[in-house]
Amino acid sequence: MSKRLTPEQGPAPAQALAPAEGLAPTPSHTVGPFYGYALPFPGGGEMAPAGHPGAITLHGYVRDGEGAPVPDALIELWQAGPDGSLAGAGGSMRRDPVTGGFLGRNGVDFTGFGRVATDADGHWTARTLPPGGPAAPAAPYISVCVHARGLLHHLFTRVYFPENAEANAADPLLASLDPARRETLVATAASPPGTYRFDIRLQGEGETVFLEFR
Amino acid sequence: MALTQSDIDGELARVRESYDKARAEGAPAADHPPRDFPPYRSSVLRHPKQPLVAVHGDPETVELHTPVFGHTDITAIDNDLTVQHQGEPLGERITVSGRLLDSRGRPVHGQLIELWQANASGRYAHLRDQHPAPLDPNFTGVGRTLTGDDGSYHFTTIKPGAYPWRNHENAWRPAHLHFSVFGAAFTQRLVTQMYFPGDPLFAYDPILQSVTEPAARERLVATYDHALSRPEWSLGYRWDIVLDGPSATWIEEGR
Ligand SMILES: [Fe+3]
Repeated sequence: MSKRLTPEQGPAPAQALAPAEGLAPTPSHTVGPFYGYALPFPGGGEMAPAGHPGAITLHGYVRDGEGAPVPDALIELWQAGPDGSLAGAGGSMRRDPVTGGFLGRNGVDFTGFGRVATDADGHWTARTLPPGGPAAPAAPYISVCVHARGLLHHLFTRVYFPENAEANAADPLLASLDPARRETLVATAASPPGTYRFDIRLQGEGETVFLEFR
Repeated sequence: MALTQSDIDGELARVRESYDKARAEGAPAADHPPRDFPPYRSSVLRHPKQPLVAVHGDPETVELHTPVFGHTDITAIDNDLTVQHQGEPLGERITVSGRLLDSRGRPVHGQLIELWQANASGRYAHLRDQHPAPLDPNFTGVGRTLTGDDGSYHFTTIKPGAYPWRNHENAWRPAHLHFSVFGAAFTQRLVTQMYFPGDPLFAYDPILQSVTEPAARERLVATYDHALSRPEWSLGYRWDIVLDGPSATWIEEGR
């Protein structure tokens, strides 16, 4: 059996990040090109209960360092409910115990989780509810995890919303970024009302701000 | 001119050399692959050039919490990839078991693990996989499970075949299982691949070699465990998964 304990020893400089008596993590690898029959599921982007009057549409393109569409990206969304709750709920990929197929969400619960693959144009769409919370000074946002062929390690970013201008201005993360880069985290209001555009640029001009957590 | 294996080997050797040099000068071990890894050509235009922005969250940070998956998201046979069709799939039946742990060694229970893979011939049930190896009508190659109270998981499946890809001329991926794992926080999200011990293709594969730290590469290789083999049924492999990243419970405990 493999032993992964790495007690403090040897010449490595003290790392603020290293848990005191930690196990070394399993390294990340790319999702590869052939996840499409395994990870996306029907209704993955239909996060808002069907017919919910407060539903919003969030969509955008994923592009590479040359501006070319990324047709094999997988976008995962995770967010608070409109009431700010981060409890989530099961049932994002609800299954039929008879056929094993996907039933879609139960039409009532808001799970806070969505998963959509980009199409041949590098485009993705999700229908969700506006996130509530968190306590000031933080502004509401949707967390985004990007996977793709070519990404040896996934990338985290966030979608903030343009109508929360005041909260966004006070948000510690947004406030810490220079204005040009800050814009990459704020969705653009589009028509019809309730539609937001959020593009993800993996590299180069207008490169999206990507995050790491410590 | 098509890129050859020896071109890639040369690039890998140079990466290894500069990693070893940095280590000798006191750099910490790299737990994960760099996002920019030219021998894996697809990474070249798909890695950010700006540094990642560090977030030091409070317990309300969305990413310190995690999506919930429950028994409605799983069917009883999802963790047995050999019983999802009318007939038996072709290939060597294996069982893969292990524990999902956080970096403090605590079991991570009730979280979703998804597995997908090529069949015994090295072919994915994916339209764009054009490798001229046979599809198996009795094998799709997708499994799911929730970890138990002790963080344990179990899959029964078929040992996948190696397959060619187009990174360079004569590029072959060592046999591997793809894993997608959720932890106690979204920050702990992990997508990775499990390999089989002793595969002769390891040294040639820029994806495995993107993990520049040898000890970290070893963590991607399962252990053959005879005690997990089932008589006249399957060969057993053990593979524990350790998640990186903070969670809200760490913050509350004042990590
Ligand atoms: Fe693969």
